[in-house]
Amino acid sequence: MFSLFNWFRYASPQTFYPLAGRMIPWFAGAAAVFAAAGLYVGFFVAPTDAQQSEVYRVIFIHVPVSWMSMFIYLVMAAWGAIGLAFNTRLSFMMARSLAPTGALFAFLSLWTGALWGRPTWGTWWVWDARLTSELILLFLYLGVMALQAAIDDQRRGDRAGALLAIIGAINVPIIYFSVVWWNTLHQGASVSLTRAPSMARAMLAGMLLMSLACWMYSIAVSLARARCIMLERERHTAWVGELAGSAS
Amino acid sequence: MLEVSALCCMRGEREIFRDMSFVLADGAWIHIRGENGAGKTTLLKALTGLLRPASGSVAWNGIPLHESRDDFHRDLLYLGHANGIKDDLDAAENLMLAGSIVDAPTAAEITLAMRELGLNPSSRTPVRSLSQGQKRRVALSRLALGRTKLWILDEPFAALDTAAVASVCRLMDRHLDRGGALVLTSHQEVPLGGRGTEVWIGTPQENNP
Amino acid sequence: MNAFVAVLRRDLLLAMRRKSDVAMTLFFFIMVASLFPLAIGPETALLRTIAPGVLWVAALLASLLSLPRMFETDFADGTLEQLALAPAPLALIALAKILAHWLGACVPLVVLAPVLALQFGLDARAIAMLCLSLALGTPLLSLLGAMGAALTLGVRGGGVLVALILMPLYVPVLIFGAGVVDADATGMGAAANLSLLGAMLAASLFLAPLGTASALRIALE
Repeated sequence: MFSLFNWFRYASPQTFYPLAGRMIPWFAGAAAVFAAAGLYVGFFVAPTDAQQSEVYRVIFIHVPVSWMSMFIYLVMAAWGAIGLAFNTRLSFMMARSLAPTGALFAFLSLWTGALWGRPTWGTWWVWDARLTSELILLFLYLGVMALQAAIDDQRRGDRAGALLAIIGAINVPIIYFSVVWWNTLHQGASVSLTRAPSMARAMLAGMLLMSLACWMYSIAVSLARARCIMLERERHTAWVGELAGSAS
Repeated sequence: MLEVSALCCMRGEREIFRDMSFVLADGAWIHIRGENGAGKTTLLKALTGLLRPASGSVAWNGIPLHESRDDFHRDLLYLGHANGIKDDLDAAENLMLAGSIVDAPTAAEITLAMRELGLNPSSRTPVRSLSQGQKRRVALSRLALGRTKLWILDEPFAALDTAAVASVCRLMDRHLDRGGALVLTSHQEVPLGGRGTEVWIGTPQENNP
Repeated sequence: MNAFVAVLRRDLLLAMRRKSDVAMTLFFFIMVASLFPLAIGPETALLRTIAPGVLWVAALLASLLSLPRMFETDFADGTLEQLALAPAPLALIALAKILAHWLGACVPLVVLAPVLALQFGLDARAIAMLCLSLALGTPLLSLLGAMGAALTLGVRGGGVLVALILMPLYVPVLIFGAGVVDADATGMGAAANLSLLGAMLAASLFLAPLGTASALRIALE
């Protein structure tokens, strides 16, 4: 047990750092390729929607980005849980490096949603269940990031942030359910989101490609951020010293 | 018996100490020494189980702390930098409330304990209006209450006058005679009998008995 | 159980010594609730529709305001350390403190709510429903709030941070709680809302003290 513990604690960042460095270009490259393919399919292959004409094409950004915003939160909470359970520093670094990306996706989801809503619903914002819960998800991200930033002791910040992420993850389904409930209760004359009746195969392909692009982007960016955090935290250790020595 | 083996503690990114090992037998005491900021309080917190060490272990009577937290805490009396008393209550109420979480002390016991430290048991003044030294005395009255086996005291003599230091030392000696164990930090010499050792943090004269 | 009673008694005694804190929470509640009619206008029908929501938000904010006191003073004077070192589960001690907070900060709000509801022109049945929803919902606010208070213990700008952290967690409580009066008035029946509140209360009663205890241990390191 102790050998495993020490392996996590000392060896891991040291081996992870160069490994992540080698992996980042691949993931970044894959993100670019998938994004190019996805955008091509989205703009040129997918047919024009009968009801919404060209506007609907924002779906190729909006939907993948919303998926990622929810998924990243769960991944972040999972890293936090692993960190709290096994006291592994790498998992806290991963949790910390994922938060800004997740928040960015949540923000993009709201932004693209507003851009989509304006021409189709005639308004930037409706208190739709999905929009509202996405907004709350953004607040959850901001809460975690603010808590991590406000605590000076980095170790305590990691652990408190992880605990908050877990508490949030437990609450996410309850929040979502409550918002849906609230929305159906108060359904006024306002518009409701119409479901796409049957999605053309090309549309689905475009969305999947864009999702893959988002995945690759998230991995590349969070690895890069984890590397920065790692350098900052391990700056007193020998291996960072050697790294700095060989770089100069 | 308190066993500390290969203890390493971190504060943020900084390693405070590593490979700290010692054994504290029943009836013995250890004086933790080191400069300001050397990490004495950190070590004490790790000994109480409040701080999770980065590596290494602390065991009480052969059982690691995290496995029998409640049993260990039943045997433990810890006094930190802060006195752990409420400003809005008077001295006797404070002692009563602090004691009642474990086993409620009687009024007579509390009176006795306060006399031991030279406090007036019938005073109803809220602790807020007492001096630093008197507040410390109130906190230290807990030493005269109950029968915990391990005392961990952070700067118990801070702000005390000579008379109070003498009475605290008397309590400590009695505790050691009964077979209790004691860990303390202090910047002054500790005039205690029995088997006492010093443990240094962060100085060349580090010795691990 | 011994420790639970002891901590509860201790916190209630301390609350008795600092009655001004309770009064402040109450004043805040009254103030927020009274500002709304001034901002919106004295139209009775409108006020009656928004009353449950306004009173719920006011109660939520008032309880939020009192949260930092739950652990902050104990943290500063070292008694929290002593509680964490007591030979009792920290979650049980946390639950006692949460109960004390609810009794000290939230019960007065529930008691005062009918008076404010009268100002908004609610009828007797609606007032009863409002009080019932607050009585079920405010313990939830205390339970969830304790986790927020413990996480932000001793942190710069803790007051704002605690609000940011808790806002998303409070959303379901607010929705179901404030919905009770409406659901009852529209003839749908408030049973669903109330039982959902009850279910959340039962779950939080178990989980929130555990979360609070973990957060306190993190803060005390």
